[in-house]
Amino acid sequence: MARTFKPQIVSANDLAIGDVVYMNSGGGWTRKLAEAAIAHTPEEGETLMGRAAPQQAKVVGPYLADVALDDDGRPFPTHFREKFRTRGPSTRPDLGKQSANPERREPLAASGGI
Amino acid sequence: MPLITDTGFAPDDSPALIDMEALPDAGEGAALDLPLDADIAAIVPHFNRLALIVVPFPSFADGRGFSIARRLRALGYRGRLRAAGHVITDQYPFARFCGFDEVQISDILAERQPENLWLDAQGRAVPPFLKRKARGWT
Amino acid sequence: MYRYDEFDHDYVRARVSEFRDQTRRRIDGALTEDEYKPLRLMNGLYLQLHAYMLRVAIPYGTLNSRQMRTLAMIAERWDEGYGHFTTRQNIQYNWTKLTDVGDILDALADVEMHAIQTSGNTIRNVTADHFAGAAADEIEDPRPTAELIRQWSTAHPEFAFLPRKFKIAVTGSPNDRAVTKAHDIGLRMVLSDAGAPGYEVIVGGGLGRTPMIGKVIRDFLPKADLLPYLEAILRVYNLHGRRDNKYKARIKILVHETGIDDMRAQVEAEFERQMREEGGPLVAPDPEHVARIAAYFTPPAFAALPDRSEGLESAMAHDAALKTWVENNTSEHRAPGHAIVTVAIKGTGEAPGDATTAQMRVLADMGEKYSHDELRISHEQNVILPHVRKDDLPAVFSALRKAGLATANAGLITDIIACPGLDYCALATARSIPVAQDLSRRFAAPDRAKAIGNFTIKISGCINACGHHHVGHVGILGLEKSGIENYQITLGGDHTETMAVGERAGPGISAEEVGPAIERLVDAYLDRREGENERFIDTYRRVGADPFKEALYAA
Repeated sequence: MARTFKPQIVSANDLAIGDVVYMNSGGGWTRKLAEAAIAHTPEEGETLMGRAAPQQAKVVGPYLADVALDDDGRPFPTHFREKFRTRGPSTRPDLGKQSANPERREPLAASGGI
Repeated sequence: MPLITDTGFAPDDSPALIDMEALPDAGEGAALDLPLDADIAAIVPHFNRLALIVVPFPSFADGRGFSIARRLRALGYRGRLRAAGHVITDQYPFARFCGFDEVQISDILAERQPENLWLDAQGRAVPPFLKRKARGWT
Repeated sequence: MYRYDEFDHDYVRARVSEFRDQTRRRIDGALTEDEYKPLRLMNGLYLQLHAYMLRVAIPYGTLNSRQMRTLAMIAERWDEGYGHFTTRQNIQYNWTKLTDVGDILDALADVEMHAIQTSGNTIRNVTADHFAGAAADEIEDPRPTAELIRQWSTAHPEFAFLPRKFKIAVTGSPNDRAVTKAHDIGLRMVLSDAGAPGYEVIVGGGLGRTPMIGKVIRDFLPKADLLPYLEAILRVYNLHGRRDNKYKARIKILVHETGIDDMRAQVEAEFERQMREEGGPLVAPDPEHVARIAAYFTPPAFAALPDRSEGLESAMAHDAALKTWVENNTSEHRAPGHAIVTVAIKGTGEAPGDATTAQMRVLADMGEKYSHDELRISHEQNVILPHVRKDDLPAVFSALRKAGLATANAGLITDIIACPGLDYCALATARSIPVAQDLSRRFAAPDRAKAIGNFTIKISGCINACGHHHVGHVGILGLEKSGIENYQITLGGDHTETMAVGERAGPGISAEEVGPAIERLVDAYLDRREGENERFIDTYRRVGADPFKEALYAA
């Protein structure tokens, strides 16, 4: 009766710029889903969330999201909402992660004042 | 659980709180723990025996306490009025305006929001309509 | 236009430093995200899917050219070169950085603007008829009332943590262009039997998950009693509005569950209590202050002109596009020889309400040169030039056309309202903009759109109904069904003084099916209408929903 567990990743928004980020295997944050740490069991998911919890000063609203894995084991989103979060507005391909220069905004910035 | 007034943190000096049921038998100088759904009109006859009313803030996002305080003051309560529970520093001027004399928070919250932040909060901008009111405009 | 007094100036600046301080405390941990979120929302800052979004208030939809240029500058300097005009007469920037927001708010303060209470469980920025002070059918200009409410509600210490958001709208015309019956409080300016000015007060309207048409709580409220009466409604709501379920927390549910008569009794008792309060009610504006506010809204000195402009007539005779635009996108002005111009922010295939920095600057120029330095934002997500001489219409048309802003579709089927939907919004369940774009292209032929006549399509990307889908002649609601976007169609809604909530036509359909279904619906309407002047909504009311449901699902 083993429940089939879908692989999951932890996603959040960067506190400073709001961009979508994913937790990597070092417990830090990356803007690329391909670099996200993958939880293969519910326990691994909890471990990742446990690492995210104390990081309020860097990210907002961490949560577990389902992913599927391609032949090389890289995660890709299954829900359309998560697909948009990996890209940007579907009506503006020039903006967001899908744009030619997605990293023109610095994440996790200590840059400048407030 | 520190008490916070305009002069900063102070130790809790409150007498034991009574609940609504004990109110008819309360003596002079009693302190009432007021439930948020209390019928405020029903406690008006007891105002002169109450030295303190404590209004709970189960969450800082639950703003009922502000209206309760305004109504208590409008109905003539002149004793001490306390907002107790989850109140954040940004709400201190609101609480004072609505008629609260003091705020009481948990030790855990006080650790995160120490005395200096509560003192800073007093310097926050007064809503413009109150300034206009002071001029007699509204 | 209203000009800030010293208190407004001081307060708006102070709020900017306060916001910077709150943000610092969020970063250093004194405030948790849960505590910081309502504070940033009170300052108009949301966290959306891809970035922070800043919603800036355009008070009751009125702004001048200098302010419009500042909005353009902000889009250019701190955002991605465009802004989105909303159904609540605001502008949203979709790509702001938290660390820039303080600077943006300071730039707004430079031109007497702010983002205060454009979000959060607060009294939101008050909205008003976008034709205020210009409309031929107006009883009284609603803007002095709206400004008085703005002054009272800004940072009101008692009402900053309400059960839920609270929206107030004011209209001064019998033609309700401010959708007052869909607001928490709607105010309609009326005259008493004795001829005294006052308000009909409507409470408990709203769209969202449970659409409700507002109910009259007071037939006639004397003008002087407005703020104490509003304060009474807000206090009853703050004390008794539900806090156990955010979908039941709006005042419409309290009114519904309490009953309007009981609600009225509670509000009147609270009002009476305030009037008896020692030293008088907290807020009882001095008539001189009210008169001072009203004086800011004195209409500009309109030139004495004949109502008919020979120049315009002859230009229209030679330019069919101009003629179509004038006929469709201008409305009757109170001053002879003048017109109200609706500038469509709805070009074919574009996102409704999105304007580029270049377009904002053209609009600022047009306002300055041709409209007594005034512009308005409508809840239909268009920009209004309220006071244009008919003689100037050809020049205005030509300049707008160069900027891609001369689509002659005001009130037509392509004048679509749409919320940002899942392309931006964290709350959305489906996309809105692509659906609007598809429909806009399908009905792009001007002759066909004109033949169809007045037809409102309103699209929301979730049940919160920011796109007002309940009150569109055709409403489209985007939901999720089994992991794909799915759209529910409602028919027969009406946002005007004859307000009606649309009826759900049947099961939801896929995004690809929406366009063809609406085309069939329109064909069914054209087949059945009696005469060219019978609007879709009239035909719908005459023949009922069945033929249109049939057309929608014919495929």
